[in-house]
Amino acid sequence: MNSQIHPSVERRPGFLPRSSLQTLFTVLLQTGYKIYGPQVRDGAIQFVYMDDPESLPMGVTNEQQPGHYRLTSGESRRLFDWNHGPQALKPLCFAPREVLWLEGAAPFAFKRTLPEVTQTAVIGVRACDLAALAILDQHFELEMRPDPHYRQRRDSLLLIGVDCAQSASTCFCASTGDGPALDGGYDIGMAELDEGFLIWHQSDKGQAITDQLELRAATDDQLEAMLQATTRAAGQQKRHLPGSEELQQLYKRLEHSHWDQVAERCLACGNCTAVCPTCFCYQVEHEMALSGESAEMVRSWDSCFSPTHSDMGHFQVRNNIKYRYRQWMTHKLAGWQVQQRRIGCTGCGRCIAWCPVGIDLTEEVTAVLEEGSLDV
Amino acid sequence: MTDTKPKLAVHKFSSCDGCQLALLNLGEPLLLLPQLVDIVHFAEAGPSDPVAQADIALVEGSVSTPEDIERIRQVREHSGLLISIGACATAGGLQALANFTDRDTWMAAVYEQPGHIESLQHSNPISHYVKVDFEIHGCPVNSRQVVAALRDLLSGVKPRPERQSVCMECKRKGLVCTMVSKGEPCMGPVTVAGCGALCPSMGRGCYSCYGPLEQINDRSLAERFNQLGLDRAAVARRFHFIANHAPAFKQAGERLKETTNE
Repeated sequence: MNSQIHPSVERRPGFLPRSSLQTLFTVLLQTGYKIYGPQVRDGAIQFVYMDDPESLPMGVTNEQQPGHYRLTSGESRRLFDWNHGPQALKPLCFAPREVLWLEGAAPFAFKRTLPEVTQTAVIGVRACDLAALAILDQHFELEMRPDPHYRQRRDSLLLIGVDCAQSASTCFCASTGDGPALDGGYDIGMAELDEGFLIWHQSDKGQAITDQLELRAATDDQLEAMLQATTRAAGQQKRHLPGSEELQQLYKRLEHSHWDQVAERCLACGNCTAVCPTCFCYQVEHEMALSGESAEMVRSWDSCFSPTHSDMGHFQVRNNIKYRYRQWMTHKLAGWQVQQRRIGCTGCGRCIAWCPVGIDLTEEVTAVLEEGSLDV
Repeated sequence: MTDTKPKLAVHKFSSCDGCQLALLNLGEPLLLLPQLVDIVHFAEAGPSDPVAQADIALVEGSVSTPEDIERIRQVREHSGLLISIGACATAGGLQALANFTDRDTWMAAVYEQPGHIESLQHSNPISHYVKVDFEIHGCPVNSRQVVAALRDLLSGVKPRPERQSVCMECKRKGLVCTMVSKGEPCMGPVTVAGCGALCPSMGRGCYSCYGPLEQINDRSLAERFNQLGLDRAAVARRFHFIANHAPAFKQAGERLKETTNE
């Protein structure tokens, strides 16, 4: 399963000394990008607009457990030794709340509202989130019939990925085949070494930047250190998901008693779906001005844990927490295999860390698959 | 058109006036409102005619005196649609906390001559006494929700209640979960949205001003609060707080109190 230790995308990295990271920022800014990068905000790694590499989270590591997230600061000069915060790319492309169109009564008219975007370089993106973005791209039909709002945001991004040199205890990307090494979906790749960064491009957009960096040739030792880092990170992972075929068995476990046990703990608050980088459900609501003369059609993140999500007129399809949790897990891990040709999980572990009561997806799926009898 | 404008009344019962103020703080929509409705009674804003017939009555406050009972029945009689607004009107309000205690003892401790106080043994939501057509929760209500409900009624459709959790609002705003990142107990997972995740946006846990979701898992949240350092009595107080007489919270708190006494 652990395919990502040796990425399928060929890397030809050059070396950028730690002291020259400013060069990357300068080139990006001069090329016209705004820089969106990780910073410590409100006790978590959050992506914000920034222009100074000095404000990157130096020496910061994350401790993630079920229902628990804490950052710690150390003496290390490394900038990317954390894994992730609650969000990364999803809110950038799939806005939490946005107006799709405006309506006027006199004259009667519809007006599409597209988001105003600015060319943005996102620095510090991880393999799990890039894999998740590929799934979102598929869902919003970037290739065939793109959602215009999603596309506008998505096209504005230059993605600068970073290999994970260590894993949080909630990470399980090695078992889904999505990390901890970058494997596509980015424009520029980076691997952090103690003395600096190995940098390579994967797209023309990325090359336009890396060509300006005056990178030094990477040494064999540096290339070896790059591989060892992700191998070590993968080795740290204790959690894992069963393979895709085994996960398809979930639909034969719909009456398993374990769903009741999960429902005793699950709050149905929707936190797991909000932090999940692949959960794409939304609601669209008509918000009329008090005058009655104009209205906005507003799309916002929904969750299959919300009571409204399965409303069908006066009938609620999933009228209890058990059915909602079951829907979420079976859809993400089995249903998506039919719809999207892969599972909807990339092993980031956010649903585990950010669940207020610490429900662990990997434990629950194992319990459902291993215990009890199959449905007839 | 003007002579067929629907009539609107805003009534006050036992409350702090905060929900009426939320209406007065509407801004631009407030200027528009008199063009759409005829405001026949809204003492806080000017027009005072408590017995006026109205198509829509917004009712703030809980019923806590014998006189309140008479008055709410009268309001019901004089109103087409009755909409209770705010935690007092929908769930008894903070004053309903007295329902859980020995009211007479408290009264004697506070007032030198409690005999002058004429209040009911219990403070109750409006729906305890009369039929309520729609409820808007919050302490205070979000004026955006009141406007949306009025607009719906003016358009001849049923207003839509908010049914999602505070967590959903919180995550849409990009806020960091206080419970997970700080270990701070937060009522967000059992509370209905509407406030815009106000307390979490200030780094605090939610106090559930907007009351319970239609289905809550109070046992699981209570257990989590225990793990985070609140004893059962303290957890019970989280449920018996602003929306204490919302049935789901009332029962949750009572269950916790029972197990505390065991």
